[in-house]
Amino acid sequence: MSFLRFAARRLAEMAATLVGASFVIFGAMYLAPGSPASFLLAGRSASPEALAAVNAQYHLDEPFLLQYLRWAGQILHGDFGRSITYRTDVSRLLADRLPATLLLVAMALVLVVTLGLLLGWIGAVRGGRTDATVLVGTTVAVGTPAFVAAVLLQGLFAVRLGWFPTGGTGEGFGSMVWHLVLPAVALALYLTGMLARVTRAAMLDVLGQEHVTVARSRGVTEYQVIRRHVFRNALGTVLTTGGLIVSTLLVCTVLVETAFSVGGIGQLLELSTTTKDFPTVQAISLIMVGLFMAVNLIVDLLHPLVDPRITLGARKATG
Amino acid sequence: MTTLAIQAYRLHLPNTARPVLAGVDLTVEARETVALVGESGSGKSLTSRSALGLLPTGAGTEGTVRVNGDDVLTMTGDQLRALRTGTAAMIFQDPRAAINPLRRLGDFLTEGLNGRLAAGAATERAAEMLDAVGLPASVLGRYPGQLSGGMLQRVMIAGALMGDPALILADEPTTALDVSSQAEVVALLDDLQERFGTALLFVTHDLGLAAAISDRVYVMYAGRIVETGPAEALFNRPRHPYTAALLASTPRPDAPGGRLAAIEGRPPSLREALTGCPFAPRCPLATFLCTQQEPALLAVEAESARRAACHHSDRTGANDG
Amino acid sequence: MTVTLLHRPGLARIRTARAPLQLLCLGFVALVVLAALLAPWLAPEDPNAVDLGNALAGPSAEHLLGVDASGRDTLSRLVTGARTSLLGPLGVVAFSTLAGVAIGVTAAWRGGWLDSVLSRSTELVFAFPGMLLAILIVSVYGEGLLAPVIALAIAYLPYVSRLTRSLVLAERTRPYVEAYQVQGHSGLQICLRHVIPGIAPVVLAQSTINFGYALIDLAGLSFLGLGVPALTPDWGRMVFDGQSAIQHGYPLSAILPCAAIVLTVVAFNVVGERWADQVARRDR
Repeated sequence: MSFLRFAARRLAEMAATLVGASFVIFGAMYLAPGSPASFLLAGRSASPEALAAVNAQYHLDEPFLLQYLRWAGQILHGDFGRSITYRTDVSRLLADRLPATLLLVAMALVLVVTLGLLLGWIGAVRGGRTDATVLVGTTVAVGTPAFVAAVLLQGLFAVRLGWFPTGGTGEGFGSMVWHLVLPAVALALYLTGMLARVTRAAMLDVLGQEHVTVARSRGVTEYQVIRRHVFRNALGTVLTTGGLIVSTLLVCTVLVETAFSVGGIGQLLELSTTTKDFPTVQAISLIMVGLFMAVNLIVDLLHPLVDPRITLGARKATG
Repeated sequence: MTTLAIQAYRLHLPNTARPVLAGVDLTVEARETVALVGESGSGKSLTSRSALGLLPTGAGTEGTVRVNGDDVLTMTGDQLRALRTGTAAMIFQDPRAAINPLRRLGDFLTEGLNGRLAAGAATERAAEMLDAVGLPASVLGRYPGQLSGGMLQRVMIAGALMGDPALILADEPTTALDVSSQAEVVALLDDLQERFGTALLFVTHDLGLAAAISDRVYVMYAGRIVETGPAEALFNRPRHPYTAALLASTPRPDAPGGRLAAIEGRPPSLREALTGCPFAPRCPLATFLCTQQEPALLAVEAESARRAACHHSDRTGANDG
Repeated sequence: MTVTLLHRPGLARIRTARAPLQLLCLGFVALVVLAALLAPWLAPEDPNAVDLGNALAGPSAEHLLGVDASGRDTLSRLVTGARTSLLGPLGVVAFSTLAGVAIGVTAAWRGGWLDSVLSRSTELVFAFPGMLLAILIVSVYGEGLLAPVIALAIAYLPYVSRLTRSLVLAERTRPYVEAYQVQGHSGLQICLRHVIPGIAPVVLAQSTINFGYALIDLAGLSFLGLGVPALTPDWGRMVFDGQSAIQHGYPLSAILPCAAIVLTVVAFNVVGERWADQVARRDR
C-alpha cells in the first residue's frame, strides 16, 4: 500500500473516531437531570435573552440528531457558540488562551523527551548504581501527580527561594516562558519518569539481542553500537508512547494551570466546569481530543519510517 | 606466521565448578581451513569468539590467544577494535538474528570499517564484496527482512570480507539455513577462502561437513580438545571414542544400514567438577583408569599429525562401523 | 530453569536487594488500608473541627502533625482522608476489572462482530483521557464521588478488556480447553472454572497498578474541587487547601498529604509491578 493511501485511510479512521468523540461530548448534556435548557443555563436567571441564545445555539426544540449536526456544522465553521459565563464567543476565549497552553505543553514536551530518553539511555547502558538511582528516581516520578509536583515546586522555588514567579501567565514571549518554567517542570515530571522507564526497558531488551554482540564483534565503537543499534531499535517502542504522552500533557494542563494560575485553556476548563459553562467545556474537550488524535496520526505515520519491518497498512494485524 | 595460535587456554566463568575451557591448544596456519567440531556446550563457540576477544562478562582467562602473533587477551580497547575491523572477522550462525533488522544492509556492510575509508570508497568496497558473494549491488539499499536466509548469510560473509581479514571465524554458519542454502554457503566459503587467501576456522557440530570442507579437524568435548588430525585420516579412523560416536551419529551416504546411533547420556554440567576423562560416563570403552586419570592429548602411533586424549586410543575405531 | 536462574549472579543479588522493598511497600499498603478502615477510632480529633484561632500551628502534643489554615487537625484529616482517597480508586478498579474481564473474555471467546465492536469502542475511549472524560461528566452531573468514579472506570475499562482479550486468546489455544470441550463442558463453564482463574493473577496485578493511577486521577479531580464534596476530608483536597498555606510560609499541611499520595501510589505501583513480574516469570 502506498504511503498516501495509508495516510488517507488513517485520516479517515481518525475522522470517524473524532465524530464519535464529538457525539459523546455533545450527548453528555442529555445525561444531566432536568431539561437541557435548564442545565445549560444552570440555575442562572432564565432571561428571555439567555434562553434565546441557548436555543439559537443548540436548537433544543429540534430532534437530537439534527441538533448535533447543526452544532457540529457550526464548529466546522470555527463557531464554538457563546460562553454562558463570559458572555462572549468561545472561539475568542480559546484564541486568547490557547497560546499559553500550547507553549506550556511544548516546553513540557521538550523536557519529557530530552530528559526521558537521556535517563533511560543512561540507566540501560551504565547499569549498577547509576541504573538503581534512575530506577528509584523514575519510580517516585511516576508516583507523583502533576498537581502535587506543582504545589511542591511552587512552595520551594517560588515561595521559599523566590527564583520563579508563584503564578500568572506573564506578558510577552520571554516573560511567558519565564512564568511557565515551573508549570512545565511539574507537568513533565510524571511523563519523564514514564518515558525513561519505557526507554530503559526497551534498550535493555535490545541489548540482549545477538546483532548487538555481532556489531561489537565487528569493531563498531561502543557509542555507535548503543546509538545505531540499541537506541535506534528501541525507538519504535518508545514512539508508541507518543500519543499517551501528548494526551496526558494536555489533560494535566488543567491541574498545573489551576495550581499556577496560568491563563490557558486548562484553567479555563476548570473554571467553566465549576461554573457549569457547558459550551466552553464542550469546545475545550473537543480541542483536546482533536489535538491528541492529530498526534496519534503523526505517530502512526512516523512508525514505518522508524521500523521498516512495519509494512504500511499491516498495522492492524499487529496492533 | 601462524594466523591463529591458541595455547594452554583456560576460561573460567563465575559460579561454575570447572573451567569452561580447560587448556585448549589450537592453531590455524595462513590460508588453511580448520574445523572445530563438538556438541553444543562443548566450548567450541567460546573458543572461536575468544579469537575476537569476545568474552562473556565475568570471564577469567589463562594462556594465550594469538592472532597474527598478537595476544588478543591482553589487548586494549583500541587494539581489539583494530583486530575486529581488520585482521579477523566472524560469520555467525543465524544471519536473521545477527544483522540489525532496522538498518539497511549497506550500513551493515560499511559500519565495520569504522571510518577507515571515505563513505564513497566504503560503499564501493561493499558493492565489490557483494559481487564476490554473488549478490547484486542493489542489496545495499535493502533491509534484512527483504532477503532470504541464504542471501542474508551471503551478506554476512561479504561483511566479514570487508576489512580484508587474515582470519575468518565461521560459527556454525549453515545451521540456521535450509538444506540447499547450506550447500551453497559452504561452497561459497570454500571458494572465497581460496580466492582471498584467508585462514578459516569453521566451527560446526557436523563432523561430515567438517571433513568435507577442512584440511584439519579439532574435536572438542567439555572444554578440551580430545582429538585432532588431518580431516581424512580422522574421518577414516577416529582415535577417540567420542569422535567415533560423533561419526556414528552423522548421516553418511556410504554407511551400510543407514541407522544413526545417538550418543547416550549428556555432556557434563558446568556445575560439577570433573575427575578422570570427561567422556568416561558416556564411553563404551571406559575402564577404572578412565574414571581416575584424565588422559593427555598425545600423538597417536607413528602419525605425527594425529593426537588423541584417550587411554584406549589404540582400541578405538578399529572395528568401527 | 529456576536452578539456572538462581545461579545467575546478577539476578540473585537483585532478588535479595529487592525483596525488602517489596515487603516495605506491601507493609505500607496494609498500613494505609488499616488506617482507612479504622479511621473513626484512630483519628484523635474531629477532622472537620475548625479552630481559626489556632490556624497553621506547627506540630504539638495536642496536634501531632499540626493544623491547617482553618485550624483543623492534619493527622485526623489524613487518616479520615485515607477513606475517600482509597474508596474512589477501589470503586474504579473493581468496576473496570469486573466489566473489563467480562467484555474481554466474551470478545475473545466469541470473536466476530462483538470483537470488532469492542476494538472500535476501545479506540474511541482511548481518545478520551480518563481525566477529561471525568471532567466532562462532572460538568454535567456536578460534584460528588460517584460521577468521576464511573467516568474513570469507563476510561480504564479498555485497558483491562484488551489485556484480558489477549490473555484469553492465548489461553484458548491450550490443549486443556479443547479437552474440556470434547467432554461436553460449555464455553461459559470452561471460562468461569478454568480460563478466568488462570488469567486472574495477571489481570489483578494490572489492576493493582491501575489503582495507583486511579488514585492520582481522583486526587487531581478533588484538587480541582470536582471530586468529593468540599467538606469531606480527602488528600487531593488537602493539597489544594495546603497550597495557600504554603504561600503563607507554612508548608507542612500541604507536604503531608502530598507525601501520603506519592507514597501510596508508589507502594501500589511497586507491589503491582513485582506481582506482574512474578506472574510473568512463573508462566515462562
